[in-house]
Amino acid sequence: MPTKIEKDAITGKQTTGHDWDGVKELDTPLPKWWLYVFYATIIWSIGYYVFYPSWPSLSSHVPGVLGYSARTDIVRDLREQAEQRAPYVTRIRAASLEQIRSDPQLLGFAIAGGRSAFADNCAACHGSGGAGTKGFPSLADDDWLWGGDLEAIHATIRTGIRSAHPDSRLSLMPRFGLDGMLAAAQISDVAEYVLSLSATGTDKAAASRAAPLYAENCAACHGDKGEGNAELGAPNLADKIWLYGGDKPSVVQTIAVSRNGVMPAWTDRLDEATIKMLTVYVHSLGGGR
Amino acid sequence: MPDGALPTATAATDTAASVREQRADRPLYAGRIKVYPKKIGGLYRRLKWGVLALCLGLYYTVPWLRWDRGPNAPDQAILLDLPGARGYFFGVEIWPQEIYFLAGLMIFGALALFLVSSLFGRLWCGYACPQTVWTDLFLWVERQLEGDRNARIRLDQQPWSWARLAGKGAKHAAWLIIAAATGGAWVMYYVDAPTATRALLTGAASAELYFFVGLFTLTTYVLAGWAREQVCTYMCPWPRFQAAMFDEQTLTVTYRAWRGEPRGKHKAGDGWLGRGDCVDCRQCVMVCPTGIDIRDGQQMECINCALCVDACNGVMDKVGRPRGLIAFDTLLGGTAAQPRTSTLASRFLRPRVLVYAAMLAAVGSILLAAFALRTTVEVSVLRDRSPVFVTLSDGSIRNGYTFKILNKTREAHRYGLDIGGIPGATVSVVGADGVTPIGETVMLEARPDTVATFRLYVSAPRGALGAESTPLSFHLTDLVSGSTADHRSVFLAPKR
Repeated sequence: MPTKIEKDAITGKQTTGHDWDGVKELDTPLPKWWLYVFYATIIWSIGYYVFYPSWPSLSSHVPGVLGYSARTDIVRDLREQAEQRAPYVTRIRAASLEQIRSDPQLLGFAIAGGRSAFADNCAACHGSGGAGTKGFPSLADDDWLWGGDLEAIHATIRTGIRSAHPDSRLSLMPRFGLDGMLAAAQISDVAEYVLSLSATGTDKAAASRAAPLYAENCAACHGDKGEGNAELGAPNLADKIWLYGGDKPSVVQTIAVSRNGVMPAWTDRLDEATIKMLTVYVHSLGGGR
Repeated sequence: MPDGALPTATAATDTAASVREQRADRPLYAGRIKVYPKKIGGLYRRLKWGVLALCLGLYYTVPWLRWDRGPNAPDQAILLDLPGARGYFFGVEIWPQEIYFLAGLMIFGALALFLVSSLFGRLWCGYACPQTVWTDLFLWVERQLEGDRNARIRLDQQPWSWARLAGKGAKHAAWLIIAAATGGAWVMYYVDAPTATRALLTGAASAELYFFVGLFTLTTYVLAGWAREQVCTYMCPWPRFQAAMFDEQTLTVTYRAWRGEPRGKHKAGDGWLGRGDCVDCRQCVMVCPTGIDIRDGQQMECINCALCVDACNGVMDKVGRPRGLIAFDTLLGGTAAQPRTSTLASRFLRPRVLVYAAMLAAVGSILLAAFALRTTVEVSVLRDRSPVFVTLSDGSIRNGYTFKILNKTREAHRYGLDIGGIPGATVSVVGADGVTPIGETVMLEARPDTVATFRLYVSAPRGALGAESTPLSFHLTDLVSGSTADHRSVFLAPKR
């Protein structure tokens, strides 16, 4: 606060009293209309008290003349959106998966709807875009544990894997080590054999030692050449894709204690149209057959 | 201002009164002092009328120019179709993806303003700015209906009467009609002019259209009728920083103090010895649309319209002194102790001017080049971020790309896409059958005037990939027109 009023010698106007290295600022009054604009904004603000929710009361608030509420707005928006989607949803519910895939309009709708449902329900484990990670299969590659055509994907989503659903995908690989079915040395040999199926093994002697063990314990599900069996959810052991890691310690651990990952059944949680859209979306991620 | 004198603050009466008491008698807010510009004729006034006629003529007629673009396209020569997301400028059709042309034009305009300001002062403000043009027009209407300066001052001092009310009413009605025409013409740049005019007049136009016409009617009426010079003084940022473009060689409307002072009244027959040419007739103040006294030197309020030059020249002719007491002159020329002339080199070869001119030329050439190289096909490639890559069962790596073709023509076109960079890789298009090895052309199609989106999967054997990131090039050829478009992306793979 300046202690005395100064007048500028040239203009005869008062200064603000502020001094910046000898430069002083004139204290020029604002134009009146500027003040009136300020009053106008105050009057305008009264409108908000009248038309919009304003004063809080003990249990609620004064609703305002317009009865505006952001909640009502979002409910209305959601309803409008549902109404817009309704015809498509009805068609999707009625159509077969193959019909959805061959109709560009339905396909576009299903992929868009499937994408958002996937982000809400599936991406937490499978990653966005179905990238997958250790223990959670990639949905974008061409390797499928339980089959990669539309029907198979649909069934997997509906009933889950090793879930509580009565029709759940179910297969249990024995815990060869933990349950004493194979000795530690045998497990190591079998691991070498499994690795040799995809030409990544290093110990050929161990692999040939384990050939009979593999035929006896593993081939029933995984196939003679490790080609896997989608009927039983038995992974292909001869390809380059490993759900739990393709290095020897990981394979040894898989054989010794087994893995048996779980996916919930979605038929109780999502409606049929959403599951169909999810199916089409997952099928479109790059690996669908 | 005497040489070397700087504005200094001197202490006011050093009494015991507190600051609060001293301030008490001073208003915090200043009432408006209304400006009554006097009518004046002359060279600059004629120039100003000419620019006004040109600007208004262009503004009102341009939306009515037609340009045939064939069926399914608007035939308005200049149209900013916001719902359709297209800008039409005669034969050119600008997409939202090309908004950089607009940004470039804005930068070009700003630099041109800087250059002109550093050379000739605020020509924009005094002649071409819409605020000046419409204020001038509204003042002309006011003058036709209420008379010149003195008559208007008298009218405003009279008590209210039916006659005064009728006169004022007629003026505001005329203003509102002009304002409505202005607001109406504004929306024509965004909608088809003949259709919209018919709709507006028959009451069939949309509420939005009426709203915007009303909005621009209101702003024109308030800004040109009521606010006038206050827009320039209080609202517009340009006068506040235009001084940064000025130097002592910039031409501005200048009172040549060396010639005018000492000023004083002059009777016919008196001599001119020992006095200046300024006869203190205050004509320059009366004609000023912002109400300033140019003899106080360069001022922020001065819009460089030069009407005071016209006024002073008329007076000089009458008293028999040479013209140019107030003239377009440099600050150097205006404050010199005696007449001085600037050489062309010192006027134009200044670093400020050269830098602005160079920047203007650079931006202009970039714009021209970009425009000349503009094609009717553009591509964009968006590599999938999730998953970054996918390992396939045979060990090869797959990357996904969203590939977009902007078909800016009015016909469906077929395109050939050549992807290069990884020998042995293959391409597949989602929705199309078959896999194309790299090196062969992938056929794609885009409907007219649309962006066609494709999902591409490129798979490469692990052995063909050297590093984690391999450059991948997309080359698209329009099989109809022969135009090409290129895009570079990368192919990512896991660490070895």
